[in-house]
Amino acid sequence: MTSATFRIWRGNAKGGKFQDYTTEVSEGMVVLDAVHQVQAEQANDLAVRWNCKAGKCGSCSAEVNGSPKLMCMTRLSSLPLDKPVTIEPMQAFPSIRDLVTDVSWNYQVKKEIQPFSPREPDSADGTWRMEQYDVERVQEFRKCIECFLCQDVCHVLRDHRLHGEFIGPRFFVYSAALEMHPLDTVDRTTELANDHGVGYCNITKCCTKVCPEEITITDNAIIPLKERVVDKMYDPLTKLLRMFRG
Amino acid sequence: MEQVQISVPARGWGQTTRADAWWVQPLAVFLGLSTFIVYSTWAAFQGEHYAFGPYLSPFYSPEIFGDSTHSLLGPKPGWWPMWLPFSPAFLILWAPVGFRLTCYYYRGAYYKAFWADPPSCAVGEPRSGYLGENSFPLIVQNLHRYFLIFALLLLVFLTLDVWNALWFEDPATNSLSFGLGVGTLVLAVNVVLLGSYTLGCHSLRHLVGGGHDRISGSPLRRQTYDCVSCLNRRHMLYAWMSLVWVGFSDVYVRLCAMGIWSDLRLF
Ligand code: SF4
Ligand code: SF4
Ligand code: FES
Ligand code: FES
Repeated sequence: MTSATFRIWRGNAKGGKFQDYTTEVSEGMVVLDAVHQVQAEQANDLAVRWNCKAGKCGSCSAEVNGSPKLMCMTRLSSLPLDKPVTIEPMQAFPSIRDLVTDVSWNYQVKKEIQPFSPREPDSADGTWRMEQYDVERVQEFRKCIECFLCQDVCHVLRDHRLHGEFIGPRFFVYSAALEMHPLDTVDRTTELANDHGVGYCNITKCCTKVCPEEITITDNAIIPLKERVVDKMYDPLTKLLRMFRG
Repeated sequence: MEQVQISVPARGWGQTTRADAWWVQPLAVFLGLSTFIVYSTWAAFQGEHYAFGPYLSPFYSPEIFGDSTHSLLGPKPGWWPMWLPFSPAFLILWAPVGFRLTCYYYRGAYYKAFWADPPSCAVGEPRSGYLGENSFPLIVQNLHRYFLIFALLLLVFLTLDVWNALWFEDPATNSLSFGLGVGTLVLAVNVVLLGSYTLGCHSLRHLVGGGHDRISGSPLRRQTYDCVSCLNRRHMLYAWMSLVWVGFSDVYVRLCAMGIWSDLRLF
C-alpha cells in the first residue's frame, strides 16, 4: 500500500480553497475511488456528484491536475502521485459546493435548438427508409453522454464567459446530429450563425481533446456546420447557384 | 439565451492547475511557423536561383513572368512599377499563403501559438475581450474555399513541373532526354505531400459531399467524400509534412542553382 495526497477544492459559490488529504491508494483505483475514500475517512461533508462509475452517465466531471476529466475514468496510475493531485470543480459553470457545479444552463440551451423534424414517412405504415452510410455520421454524435467537459474546457465559455451568445461544443454536436440527419427537414444554419455563435469557435480543438467518448467534435461537427453557414450566409457563388436552381 | 453567473473568477494569463508541459506544443508551432515565414519571405524576395536545369522551385511555380526558361509569358513586364521590387514569387505566393492562413487546422494552431487565445487548453488568457470568427476581421476566414480553388490549380502546375523535371537538356546537342534526378524525386514528393494536404481540406470535404445529408445517393459523391475524409483525418500531419517539404524543395533547387549542392542524376 502506498499513499498519495489529493488537493481537493472545498467551497461554494461564495468562494473556497484547496485542502490536502492524504490517503492510501492501491492498484486499479480511479480518482473517484480516492475521492470517495477521502469522503468516507476524512471529510464526510465533501460533495461530489457521481452515478455510474462506468463513464456513461457523465456526472462525475471535474478537473484533475488542471485537465477536464471524468473522475471515474481517470486511473491513478495515469497520474504522477509523487506530487499532490489537484481535483477541482468545472470552471465554466457556477459552483454549488465542493466538486459539484450547476450545469443547468446546458439544459436551457438545449431547449432552444429546433428539435428533430423528419420528413413525411416513406411508407404507409409510418416508417422511413435510409442508408446506414448516411446515418453513420450522426451516430458518432449520439455517443455523447452530456458530461459537459467540452463545454468546460472551451475558452469561449471558460475564459470569455459568452454563455449568453454561444451554445458551446456539446450543442454544436447536438445541432450537427440533427442538421446532418438524412430524414431531418429543418434548416438551423441561420440561428447557428446569428444566435448560437458558431463563429465564436476558433477551432482550437480543446473540446475534441477532452471528450471521453472520443467524438471528433471540431472536425466532424463544428467545421461542417461552419461550412454550411458559409454556404448560406457568406458565399456569393453558392447563393448565385441557388438562385438559378431555384 | 440565458446568462449564467459564474462564481469562480476567470484565470489570468498563463494561469492553470495543469501540471504538464502545456507550453511545449504551442511553442513548437510558434517556432515551426516562424521559421517557415522568415525563410519563405527571404526566398521570395531573392528573385534568383529559383530554377536549376529542368527544376523549378515550388515557391516560384508557375513562373508567370520571369527570366528563367520556365517562364510562361516572358520576362518581367514593362508595366511593373519601378518602385515595387519584383520577384516571380510575388505573383503566385499569395495563393498558397492565403490558403494556409485560412486553413482550419492552421487557424486553430496559430490562434493558440501566436495569439494565446487560448495559450493551451484550460490555460488562462491574456485578454478578456473576444470576437472570435464571429465578426470582422476574422470572419474573412470564411473565404477559405476560394483559396482552395487556387490551391488546386497550383497542384496542377506543380504536377507539370514534375513532368518537366524528367526532361534534361544535353548541353552538347541542346536536345532533351528523359531522365531522373534527385531533384525530380524532391519535386515529386512535394506534389504528393501537397496533394495529401490540399485534397484533405475541410472545405473540399464539404463541397464534394459533406454538405449533403444524403451522400450515398450518388456513388461518385460517396467515393469522393470517403477519399477526402480519409486524407482529412490526417490533415494536421499533412499540413506540417507538406510545409516542411515545400520549404526543403526550394532549398534544394536554390542550393543546386547556387552551385553549393550538386544534383545527382539517377539515370
Ligand atoms: S474548437 Fe471551438 S468549441 Fe471546441 S473548444 Fe475550441 S473554441 Fe470551443
Ligand atoms: S461531446 Fe463529449 S465531452 Fe462534450 S458533453 Fe458529449 S461526451 Fe461530453
Ligand atoms: S460516474 Fe458516471 S461517468 Fe463517471
Ligand atoms: S482546411 Fe486545411 S486546407 Fe482547407
